[in-house]
Amino acid sequence: MEWLTLTIDGKEVSVPKGITVLEACRQHNIRIPTLCHDPSLTNTAACRLCVVEIEGIRNLPASCVTIATQGMVIRTGSDRVKEARKTILELLVANHPLDCMTCQKMGNCSLAQYAYEYGVSGDVFQGDKRELPLDDSNPFIIRDSSKCILCGKCVRACQEEQVNGVLDFFARGFQTQVGPAFNSKLAESECVFCGSCVAVCPVGALTERQMAGKGRPWEITKVQTTCPYCGTGCNFDLNVREGKVIGVTSNSDAPVNGRMLCVKGRFGFDLIHNPERLTTPLIKKKGKFVEASWDEALDLVADKFTEIVQVHGPDTLAALSSAHCTNEENYLMQKFMRAVIGTNNVDHCART
Amino acid sequence: MSCSCLELVDPKEVKLDAVLSAYQGKKGVLVPVLQEAQEIYGYLSQEVMEKISRTLRILPAEVYGVATFYSQFRLKPMGKHIIQICLGTACHVRGGAKVLEAIEEKLRIKDGETTSDGRFSLEIVACIGACGLAPVVSIDGDVHGRLIPERVGQILENYV
Amino acid sequence: MKQEKGKEKRKILVCAGTGCLSTGALSLIQELNQEIEAQGLTEQVTVVPTGCHGFCEQGPTLIFEPEQTLYVQVKKQDISEIIDKEFKQDLRIERLLYQDPLTGKKTETFANTNFFVKQERIVLQNCGFIDPENIEDYLARDGYKGLMTALKQKSPDEVIEEVKKSGLRGRGGAGFPTGLKWSFCRQTHADKKYVICNADEGDPGAFMDRGVLEGDPHSVIEGMLIGAYGIGSDEGYIYCRAEYPLAIKHLKKAIKDAEEAGFLGENILGSGFNFKLYIRAGAGAFVCGEETALMASIEGKRGMPRARPPFPAQKGLWDKPTNINNVETWSSVPHILRRGAQWYTQYGTEKSKGTKIFALTGKVNNTGLVEVPMGITLREIIFDIGGGIQDNKKYKAVQIGGPSGGCLPESLLDLAVDYESLTSVGAMVGSGGLVVMDETTCMVDIARFFVNFSQKESCGKCTPCREGNKRMFEILDRITQGKGQLEDLEKLEKLARVIKDSSLCGLGQNAPNPVLASLKYFRDEFLSHILDNQCPAGVCTAFLSYHIDNELCKKCGLCVKNCPVNAISGDKHTPYSIDLETCIKCGICVEKCKFAAVVRSGKE
Repeated sequence: MEWLTLTIDGKEVSVPKGITVLEACRQHNIRIPTLCHDPSLTNTAACRLCVVEIEGIRNLPASCVTIATQGMVIRTGSDRVKEARKTILELLVANHPLDCMTCQKMGNCSLAQYAYEYGVSGDVFQGDKRELPLDDSNPFIIRDSSKCILCGKCVRACQEEQVNGVLDFFARGFQTQVGPAFNSKLAESECVFCGSCVAVCPVGALTERQMAGKGRPWEITKVQTTCPYCGTGCNFDLNVREGKVIGVTSNSDAPVNGRMLCVKGRFGFDLIHNPERLTTPLIKKKGKFVEASWDEALDLVADKFTEIVQVHGPDTLAALSSAHCTNEENYLMQKFMRAVIGTNNVDHCART
Repeated sequence: MSCSCLELVDPKEVKLDAVLSAYQGKKGVLVPVLQEAQEIYGYLSQEVMEKISRTLRILPAEVYGVATFYSQFRLKPMGKHIIQICLGTACHVRGGAKVLEAIEEKLRIKDGETTSDGRFSLEIVACIGACGLAPVVSIDGDVHGRLIPERVGQILENYV
Repeated sequence: MKQEKGKEKRKILVCAGTGCLSTGALSLIQELNQEIEAQGLTEQVTVVPTGCHGFCEQGPTLIFEPEQTLYVQVKKQDISEIIDKEFKQDLRIERLLYQDPLTGKKTETFANTNFFVKQERIVLQNCGFIDPENIEDYLARDGYKGLMTALKQKSPDEVIEEVKKSGLRGRGGAGFPTGLKWSFCRQTHADKKYVICNADEGDPGAFMDRGVLEGDPHSVIEGMLIGAYGIGSDEGYIYCRAEYPLAIKHLKKAIKDAEEAGFLGENILGSGFNFKLYIRAGAGAFVCGEETALMASIEGKRGMPRARPPFPAQKGLWDKPTNINNVETWSSVPHILRRGAQWYTQYGTEKSKGTKIFALTGKVNNTGLVEVPMGITLREIIFDIGGGIQDNKKYKAVQIGGPSGGCLPESLLDLAVDYESLTSVGAMVGSGGLVVMDETTCMVDIARFFVNFSQKESCGKCTPCREGNKRMFEILDRITQGKGQLEDLEKLEKLARVIKDSSLCGLGQNAPNPVLASLKYFRDEFLSHILDNQCPAGVCTAFLSYHIDNELCKKCGLCVKNCPVNAISGDKHTPYSIDLETCIKCGICVEKCKFAAVVRSGKE
């Protein structure tokens, strides 16, 4: 690999050829604020928060799209850079509801974090504010466009990761918004509620509906687990507060799925604490289901299987397996049917 | 052999179909297709945009995004005559705002609105390149130059 | 053969540019043809509808060839007299001749008008003298000879070399050297390359490109052909704003004719060079004048600019190397190839070669299109060519460069117009709009106007431009309403710095220029609004107040009758007065009063 030498904030550093100035800075633990940048999405250089000063360039280029070149002299903390970043944050805050106290994103909001770091107050610029209706048309996602900072990460996640393209920008200038076609509500759109958009939103514009009011980030313990819904093996974090799962958030480090999840994995966790959830096997006795132990239940099933095979022959039994199961479980199932029961009557719900 | 259903065919839809089949399969055609569709219908309804989306296989959100980006596209039905008042630099300097006021007062509509009888729609535009004649108004594409507020009424009367 | 015969015939050139069409050129053409037939002169005279003569203020205009008599502000009723006097009696009609606004002298020919004398018409040489819908007219004036020179005598590299030597720089705004730009695109290896003509002239107050496209469309096509040959491209697009229907019509006709004549298509002039040309109509977005937004628009997307690099010369339209120039740049190219780089460099200054077209508008006597050598002073353009300020008012400023430029005060009137000088004073050549302002123009209002334009046309992608220009507009708006505060000026300056520094594209980076230039040259006016509560130019209505001077008032009652809100009271016995609470400051009373008894003052 070819290496380049750059000067960042007066320090000489070497970085591999081909990376951006932002990546170069981050590799050397220099903090650069970003709102629209995401390592797994296309760079649009829209928020301009990551601007830096580079010798020989007249303006302040966005570091997320500027490729580092040999000998580049970069300043990330000059007064000029600081003023630009602070002003950009002031502008964003001037057009953002300041209801952080009740916002679901509090404690996890990039805008609030940077505003805090750069000492931004909310009253520098007075004027029109974007005030748009809330979209709570569906059980999964609350879309509060008034809080949107138009970073476009949700648009790109929907287009590039989920490849669904439900969200896009519409109108232009100060009126620009993000939303589904014809400014309809999510429930009326082609949205599949995978929640990829929620996962990337840096502010409170897209939040998980079920988590609203249930817990603040500092009260939550994240427990990594594998999704039980199907055999794909997606990983995600259960968000646990006081021993109760209050939501699911995806985790970019998940080996199989990264940040992506489906509607069931991300939003279908309510069964965990559902009072009607089965917690022990039930055996029907005298027309009524009665709680039983696992041993009791498995013995009963084994007895019945044996009886059926002996009386009616193995081919009177069939097994239907589920996409809930892993490959290994499905393998075991068919092995059991063939070797133990002695029939080839095996099928699967995903076969059409 | 005549089929009565032919009479039910909407001539505008026939035109749109012809436009769509002429452009289908070509690249980068969304803007011209929207322009021609608007030419046919006078504006872009959700139905028309959905049809364009389906036929050209462009996501509906993208069609909507493009239609709302460009000021030429109208998403609401327009009046019979479209008044475009220029408020470009030259017209601004030479009193375009007074002409606009006169039109607004006369028709009782503002930018982007249509009179209740559907006769006129009013649009403010940035520059139509007739700066030498500022201030100007373009009605259905005819440019009226060197306007003074007093002449507005008389000009509008020519558009019934 | 046809040309031989044509020479004998005299021509009446009728300006049929958008300006003159709106003042009745079409009915003049009809009437002329009827009258010529009625008077039995069809063998002797032809009527030629041409592109813009440039003299929009005086339209509709007629020029008689070959003697070049110019008639201005011609009306339908004048036609039979014109035909009769001009062709039967060989007499001029005095009242239709142009009268110089400064000297009051009448001028017989177009070439002798002050408006024309100081111009150097290269790009505009055909505009107004040929029928733009007739390729024969273009060919008769050496049309497509530049292309022939390129294809027959030069290699692509030599073509680029020639353009480099000419010193031609992009006429769309920033003035990047054209030959160099072409060479970047030529150097990129690709199976396909595009050339694009940026005809999305969205700058309010500019119509140079419109004039060229309407009046001489073939020159643009020829320039693109030469560029495509140099770069190695076989496909081009002209991106023309939809607001210019006549330009699009003439372009379509010109492309069709050029295809039939073998200038466009396969194996052009037997050289083996192929080139196809398409027109795309813009859909109303100023930002599409920016190269990357323009390409996004051709691709059928929202016209949002993207970060550069990669530059269009590496990755442009549909990710292929692309070269974009504007109308005037392309249109200059055939002249350079035909007459040589050497010839071209005689015009202009050391760093800015050739000529530039300006759209001269606003409070100037001769509005219209003017083409001048680079390096001419603003004073020469405004006072010699433009004939000075209307109604003998006092010059205050000229706005140059549109929303990316600035307003320049009297002290800079002797500034030479070229790329570097204008940038050094906080303006820019831009596309070439020159809007002249007099003492009745308020500079705060003008700054507000331009920022309003920019914030409305911002694509909305990047934060500083989308949010920052909106806030600048709101601050300026408050100042014009008398609600400004001294610290607003600091806020404006800070916003301007940040927007310039950190915006993604040229629209944002240049949007603060009008504010910065106004703050620099006309700070007093801002201070008057904020500290003295007055608008010195008497424009900002919030500061206006009206009262009646009872010494001058003749109690005629006209003002009472015309006041739309019944704010004026008085009769024969009681003095007239205006109720300031009710008054909406429309100013109708001032206009109606025959005795100048209604007094407007700029201070509340």
